[in-house]
Amino acid sequence: MYPVEELVQKMISGNRRALGKLITLIENDPSSSAVIVPKIHNLTGNAYIIGITGPPGSGKSSIVDKLIFNYRNEGKKVGVVTIDPTSPFTGGALLGDRIRMQRHYTDEKVFIRSMSTRGSLGGLSEATANVIKLFDAFGKDVIIIETVGTGQIEVDIIKVADTVVLVSVPGMGDDVQTIKAGIMEIGDIFSVNKAETDGVEKCISEIRMMLELSEKNEVWIPPIIKTYGNKENGADDLYKAINNHYTYLIESGIYGKKRVFRGKNELLNIIQNLFMKNLYSFVSEDELEELAEKIANREKDPYMVIEELMPKLRKLYEVF
Amino acid sequence: MPEKKLRILIAKPGLDGHDRGAKVVARALRDAGMEVIYTGLRQTPESIVETALQEDVDAIGLSILSGAHNYLFQKIIDLLKKEDAEDILVFGGGIIPEEDITYLKSLGVKKIFRPGTSTEKIITDVKEMIHKI
Repeated sequence: MYPVEELVQKMISGNRRALGKLITLIENDPSSSAVIVPKIHNLTGNAYIIGITGPPGSGKSSIVDKLIFNYRNEGKKVGVVTIDPTSPFTGGALLGDRIRMQRHYTDEKVFIRSMSTRGSLGGLSEATANVIKLFDAFGKDVIIIETVGTGQIEVDIIKVADTVVLVSVPGMGDDVQTIKAGIMEIGDIFSVNKAETDGVEKCISEIRMMLELSEKNEVWIPPIIKTYGNKENGADDLYKAINNHYTYLIESGIYGKKRVFRGKNELLNIIQNLFMKNLYSFVSEDELEELAEKIANREKDPYMVIEELMPKLRKLYEVF
Repeated sequence: MPEKKLRILIAKPGLDGHDRGAKVVARALRDAGMEVIYTGLRQTPESIVETALQEDVDAIGLSILSGAHNYLFQKIIDLLKKEDAEDILVFGGGIIPEEDITYLKSLGVKKIFRPGTSTEKIITDVKEMIHKI
C-alpha cells in the first residue's frame, strides 16, 4: 500500500485513484484524518457545498443528477457524496444512488463517491466532513452531498453545507407534519419534487404556511421550487434558486460565519474523539462492560458508577 | 477503531437488460456485511472502470448474459491495467460456456460463477480471493 504522503501528493496533482483511496482511508480509520487533514487544509475553502436532503424515494438522486448537469454546463468541476444506510444487523450496505447519475460516469470532471452511514445517525457518515475537504483540495468547485433518506431528525447536513435543499413530494401527510420541529426547519430552499403529480399545490401551500408561521426575522425567505426528477431540465429553477442563495450568503456575510461555525464543530469533534480515545487507556473495555452489567441489573445507578470512576477520569484530564 | 470493510462493485456491461442475477448477488454480498455499489444496466467498460476507481472497490463483479463476455472482460482488465489499478480483482457470472472459462482466467479473471452457484459459495469465494492478496 502507498504511504499516505504519496497518496496526498498524487491526489493534489489530480490522480483520481489516489483520491478514491484517501476517502477509503478516512472512512476506515478516522484517526488517519490527523495525518491527511494538515496536508490539505490550506488548499480547501474554495468549494461551494450543497446539501440535498429529504425522505426516501423523494427523488434526491435524480435531482442531484440534474444539478450536476447544470453545473457542468457552466464548466464547474463537481464532486458528489451520496449516503445510503448501513444495515444495523449485518453492517453491509447497498449503495445505489449513483444509478440515477449514469450519464456522468465517464465525465472526468465529475467524481461520485457512495458512502454508507456506518452507524452514524444524523443522516451523514462520520467521514463526510473530511471527504468534503478531500474533494475541495482536489479542486472541485461544487460539492453536492446527498444525505440518506431522512425522517424527522437527521439534520447533520446543516453542519457541513452552505445551502440545504429539502426535497418533499406531494402526499406525505397532513399539514401538522410541516409544523413539527426538526428537519422542516433546516431548508434554505424547498424543492417539491414529482411536481407533475396530484396534490402539488396543496403541498406547496402547506410549506408556505409553515414558513409564514416561523418567527425567524431573517432576510432570506426560503423559496419553494417545483422540480421534475423525470424531465430533462427538471431542476433548472432549483439551480437558479441555489445561485440566489449563494449570492445572499456572500452579500449578508453569512457565508463567512458558516465557515467559522463549521471550524468550531470540527474542533469539538476532534476534542470529543481525543477524549474517547484516551478514555480507553484508563478504563478498559472489560471494566466498562462489568459496570454496565451492574447498571443493567439495578445493582448500581449510572451516576454512582461515575463517582467510582472519578479518580480515573481525573487522570484523563491530566493527559491534556 | 480502524475497520476494513469490503467494497464490491456489481456491474452490468453491454446490452442485455436482465439484472435479476446481479441484484441477487448484490443483496447476498450486502447481507454478508459488504458495501455493494450497483451501477445499473447497460454500462460501458470505461464507465465501469471509472466507477471502480471513484468508489475504490476491492473487486468488480460483472454479470453478462449477452455472449460478449470474452470481449468485455478483456476490455475491463486492459483498462484497469491502464489506470494502474490491477489490484482491483475481477470476477463474473452469467451465461458463460465452460470452454471460455479457461480463456477468461488466462486474462486474469479470478472467478466465474455459472448458473446454479449458491450465494453462500459466491460470498465465501469473494471473501477468500480478496483476503488472499
